[in-house]
Amino acid sequence: MTNEIKMGVKLGNLALKNPIMTASGTFGYGSEFADFVDLNRIGGIIVKGTTLHHREGNPYPRMAETPSGMLNAVGLQNKGVHYFVDHIYPTIKDIKSNIIVNVSGSQVEDYVETARIINELKGVPAIELNISCPNVKHGGMAFGVTTSGASEVISAVRRAYSKTLIVKLSPNVTDITEIAKAAEASGADSVSLINTLLGMAVNAEKRKPLLSTVTGGLSGPAVKPIALRMVWQVSKAVNIPIVGLGGIMNGLDAIEFMLAGATAIQLGTANFIDPTVSNRVIDEIQDYMIRHHVSDINDLIGALEV
Amino acid sequence: MQKTVLDLTVKSCEMISAQYALLKLTQQNPLPEMHAGQFVEVRVDNSSTTFLRRPISINNIDRDDNSLWLLIQVIGDGTKAMSKLQSGDIVNVILPLGNGFSWPKEKSKPLLLVGGGVGTAPMLYWGKLLREKGYNPMFLLGARSKKDLLQLADFATFGSVYTTTEDGSYGEKGYVTNHSVLTSESWQRIYVCGPKPMMMAVAKEAKLLNVGCEVSLENSMACGVGACLCCVEDTKKGHVCVCTEGPIFDTEKLKW
Repeated sequence: MTNEIKMGVKLGNLALKNPIMTASGTFGYGSEFADFVDLNRIGGIIVKGTTLHHREGNPYPRMAETPSGMLNAVGLQNKGVHYFVDHIYPTIKDIKSNIIVNVSGSQVEDYVETARIINELKGVPAIELNISCPNVKHGGMAFGVTTSGASEVISAVRRAYSKTLIVKLSPNVTDITEIAKAAEASGADSVSLINTLLGMAVNAEKRKPLLSTVTGGLSGPAVKPIALRMVWQVSKAVNIPIVGLGGIMNGLDAIEFMLAGATAIQLGTANFIDPTVSNRVIDEIQDYMIRHHVSDINDLIGALEV
Repeated sequence: MQKTVLDLTVKSCEMISAQYALLKLTQQNPLPEMHAGQFVEVRVDNSSTTFLRRPISINNIDRDDNSLWLLIQVIGDGTKAMSKLQSGDIVNVILPLGNGFSWPKEKSKPLLLVGGGVGTAPMLYWGKLLREKGYNPMFLLGARSKKDLLQLADFATFGSVYTTTEDGSYGEKGYVTNHSVLTSESWQRIYVCGPKPMMMAVAKEAKLLNVGCEVSLENSMACGVGACLCCVEDTKKGHVCVCTEGPIFDTEKLKW
C-alpha cells in the first residue's frame, strides 16, 4: 500500500520527494542530526542563515523557555558565505535531500552578493530569503514589514539569482497577505511563513529580562494558531506555493498546514524536543494518508472544507 | 561517541536531601559508552511550562546494574517533575552530549576534582573513571551547610575527600578556595564544576599555582547538539556552543 502513496510536491521548479523540510536555524547544516535521522529521507534541509560577512551574533543569554515554546535572540551567528562555500558546502552537497541556503543580510547589496555566490553552487537548488532582518539603511526596520522594503530586496535578489527563490515572511505585520503579494509580484517562486513572532520574557524575582537583547523571536506550539491562520489567509491571496511553519510537532500538525493551503512544511523547534521528528513526521503523514485513502499528497493542499 | 535518543526506565528516584533527587535510569540493552563531564537531555513535557528538555550531567554509570545516575537539584517545574518520577516510568533521553573532561598525562601525580552544590554531580563519575584507569583523583567538595553535601560515601571509595561548608557545620569553614588542601598538594590538574563565581575563583587560584584547570559550564540550552547556537560562551575564539565545544573548557580558552 505504501508503494502507491505519492508524497512528492513541487515549489515552482523545485521538486521535493516529500513536503517535509527542516527550518533554518534549527537543524544546523544537517550533520548535527545525522546520528538521529536519515538525512536523505527529508524533502528539504534549509541550513543556517548565511550572511555576506561573518557575524558573531548577540551576547548570551540568547534563549528563554516560554509556555509551549521558546524565545531566541541568536542574531544570525554564522561564519559568512565564503566560509560556507569553502568549508561547509563540500561536506553537505552530497546529501540526497534538497540543500537550501537561507540568505540573510542588513542591506540590499549584501543580499544580492550572497545570493549571487550561492547561485554558483551546483548542489544548492534554492535559497530561502530571510527578509525579517533589520535594514540598517532604514533605521533598522525589518525589510519584510513593508511592501516596499520587501519588494526592493526581493526584486534585486531575483535579478541575481536564477534558481528557486523562496521568501520567508515575517508575521510581525498588520497584513501578511500584502507582503506575500508583493513577494509574488517581485518574482518569488514561493513564500514560507511564518518566521518568529516578536516576544519578551522577564524574571520577576531578579527584575531583569531573560534575553540579552530584551526582545526575541517566539517559536514552538504557542505560535501554531497564528501561523496556521496566516498560511490560510496567504493561500487565498497568492498563486505561488506556500511553505508553512510555526509550531509543527507531528504529522497531524503538518496535515493541518497543508489543508490550510501549504504545499510543504518546515519543522523547527520540534527538532529540539524530538531529534527524530524530521523522519517520524514522514511516517505519520503516510499513516494519515492510508487512513483517509489519499494516494497523492497534492490532493490535501488547500483541501480544508470551509 | 555516537548520540542516540533512548526511552529509559526509572529504576529508582529518591530524594537524597531536601533539595536533591537521585534518579537512576536503565534499559534492556547495555547503556551506550559515555564519558565523564558529558551530559544528557531529559524530556519533561507534561505541562505547558516545561517545553524544552533539561540538560543534566552524568553523575555515574553503574555497569553492574546497567544504570545511569542523574543528580537533580529541584529548582523549577522541570526538575520538580523529574524528582517525582516513579520506578517503572519511562523517560526519553538524548545522550551522550558534550565533550567530557580530558585525561591527564601522568598516573601518579594527584588530580583535584572540585565540586560546589549540584556541581559535584559529574565529579563522581569522573573520579570513578580516573581511579579505575589507575590515576590519582582527590575530591574537594563545598556546600552551604552539611545537609547540602551529597554522596560523600560514594566519593570516598574513589579517593580522599575534603569538604568545606559556608556555615562550618562540616569540614573546613568557608569556600572551597579557602581549603588548605588547595595549596598543600602539588596538583597535576584541577577540574571544577559548580556555580560560576566559584569556578572563576578556583580558576584564579589554579593560575596562581601554575596548574592547568578545566571547568564545566552550564549555559541555557535549547537543542543540546550544536544546531541552534543559543548556549554560546564568548571564548578567545569567539562564540562557541557549550553543548558541543563544551561543557568542559580549559580555562586558557575562556575570556575569564
